Amino acid sequence: MHLLSNIIRTERLPHEFCPGCAIGQVYHYAAKAVEELGINMDKVVFLSGIGCNSRGVGYVRFDSATTLHGRAIAFATGVKLANPNLTVIVVTGDGDGAGIGGNHLIHAARRNIDLTVILYNNRVYASTGGQLAPTTPYGMYTSTTPYGSLEEPFDLCSLVAAAGAVYVARWTTAHPYKAINSIKKGVLKKGFSFIEIIGQCPTYFGRYILKTTDPVKCLKWLIENSIMKESTSKIPAEELSNKIVVGEFVDKDRPELTEQYRILREKLKLQLV
Amino acid sequence: MGKVLFMSGNDACVEGAIAAGCRFFAGYPITPANEITERMSRRMFEVNGVFIQMEDEIASICAVIGASWAGLKAMTATSGPGFSLMQEGIGYAIATETPCVIVNVQRIGPSTGSIFSQQGDVMQARWGSHGGCYENIVLSPYSIQEMFSLTIESFNLSEEFRVPVILLSEAAIGHLRERLVIPEKINIVNRRRPTVSIKDFKPFKALENEAPPMAFFGDGYRVYYTGHLHTVEGFPVLSLEKYPLAEEVLKRISSKIRLNIHRITMLDARYINDAKIIIVSYGSSARAALRAVNEARKNGIKAGYLRLITLWPFNYQKIRELCSYADVVIVAEVNNGQILYEVQRALPSKNVIPLLKLADTHTPMEVLAKIREVV
Ligand SMILES: Cc1ncc(C[n+]2csc(CCOP(=O)(O)OP(=O)(O)O)c2C)c(N)n1
Repeated sequence: MHLLSNIIRTERLPHEFCPGCAIGQVYHYAAKAVEELGINMDKVVFLSGIGCNSRGVGYVRFDSATTLHGRAIAFATGVKLANPNLTVIVVTGDGDGAGIGGNHLIHAARRNIDLTVILYNNRVYASTGGQLAPTTPYGMYTSTTPYGSLEEPFDLCSLVAAAGAVYVARWTTAHPYKAINSIKKGVLKKGFSFIEIIGQCPTYFGRYILKTTDPVKCLKWLIENSIMKESTSKIPAEELSNKIVVGEFVDKDRPELTEQYRILREKLKLQLV
Repeated sequence: MGKVLFMSGNDACVEGAIAAGCRFFAGYPITPANEITERMSRRMFEVNGVFIQMEDEIASICAVIGASWAGLKAMTATSGPGFSLMQEGIGYAIATETPCVIVNVQRIGPSTGSIFSQQGDVMQARWGSHGGCYENIVLSPYSIQEMFSLTIESFNLSEEFRVPVILLSEAAIGHLRERLVIPEKINIVNRRRPTVSIKDFKPFKALENEAPPMAFFGDGYRVYYTGHLHTVEGFPVLSLEKYPLAEEVLKRISSKIRLNIHRITMLDARYINDAKIIIVSYGSSARAALRAVNEARKNGIKAGYLRLITLWPFNYQKIRELCSYADVVIVAEVNNGQILYEVQRALPSKNVIPLLKLADTHTPMEVLAKIREVV
């Protein structure tokens, strides 16, 4: 028996991802976090949208769904409101969660509904063939920016923090323990949590931008180019703009949506009697 | 007799939904469906249900599907532009066999059009989502009583066949006010849930004429849903060669509807047996048609009235049977001709003529004039 067969649908292996892809790591972090927290796994739901990132939910042994491109958070909102006892985790991509689905992302953060959103950011649209994403660095060459991108990328953590999320963190696949720890915090947090994980995509980001398809080199690049939030003041601003700033950005409390529904219902019950 | 009320079609729809067991509503404001959303925002809390106003109609249909997975009977309501936005989600509900109800209070189009009544979304309701290998159920109410009863029927059919059901109303019906009688006894269909062990449960395995039982999220069955072409276990078909049964589920999502068409078809046929001229209509047009047929009969004209309550699946056979004696069939609808062509397909050797109007509703005089024209 496979060591992880309680959390992975091992009967579906081998999986369909490219060699060296980060998606296995991201799902591993998420499933590991749930396992370590000791939550009843029958009460955990994994939802994803469409993209390479989203195919992973079919490999974890939970109630789960691969929904529509960009819409996982909207589906999750329905699931969580319908049964607040479920722990709902959304795994999305940068194109999925911040491109086509960006509106749902900011509204869910604003509502502060108790979801944990893990956004795997490979900074390209991988499953459609390496096109420009809203997170692709300025000037980069992709399948749809043959002359280099003319657009600035989103800083997703700032965006979601501004929209009202109560827990926001960013790590890379070169920071596995930190990432698992943040996912645990996110799951425990009552409210909207957002964990961005920058991961290697040797096939596209690697090949197009780092000029290597070697996953180890891609991971090394992630380590060398990331900087802890606490150290950002030590380097000049222009240098910082090329860095991946990692760390916890928000950890606060404010009223959660399903809890507010519960309180309102109790109040109305008294009035209606 | 049950309780007698006086209310609008949109309000009656909400009461029907609640009677059917609906406990989740997600929507986005749009005229002429607003009264449904507004009444739901109050009523859902009163029945311990959930109401949420989402950021758009795409999010609304997605939240409805999510709530259905978690075990609640769920619905949304919208009109033209919002209905267009929901199409991808409706297709997803069809593919994942997720019960839910979508109310479309039709307004004039194309595009923003206006808020005048129209019956322009008949084909969109049938074919609006991409990859047309599917069947769905679309019902057309013509009175306040039916805004109530067909909303219940929509939930019942949706739960039984695990398919999104579209209640295709119109501005003219949503905003109409008339008498509503709440029946003392209401038939409610609830979702079938699995009884086999978790190990033996194949979420998409069923006979060709039925929908499989459905486990709720949290039940422990660890179900996986996907819009991908999937196996009876629910996992994506990654190669057509490797899975000889790749199309099994795809075929069944149509056959479960087609093979039950006799049970899904609802028609209202009057003065048919000796009718030489039959008016086929639905929704608001049928109100004018009924009045016109009554007038024609008073004047000795052998006119008949056939109202389609179930628009889709379209029951060609039944229409053929009912119209077999007629010489002329007039199809009255408020659009450029949609059901018209289906009736022509059902009756290839008959004289099927249109009585079309692009906005608002037909008047009895317009229908009567047409009857007189063909006598
Ligand atoms: C409505 C819609 N538009 C476009 C697509 C095609 N599509 C599939 S995945 C994808 C991009 C995914 O990018 P990202 O979210 O970054 O995921 P990745 O594949 O990089 O993990 C696109 C555009 C789709 N499935 N649905």
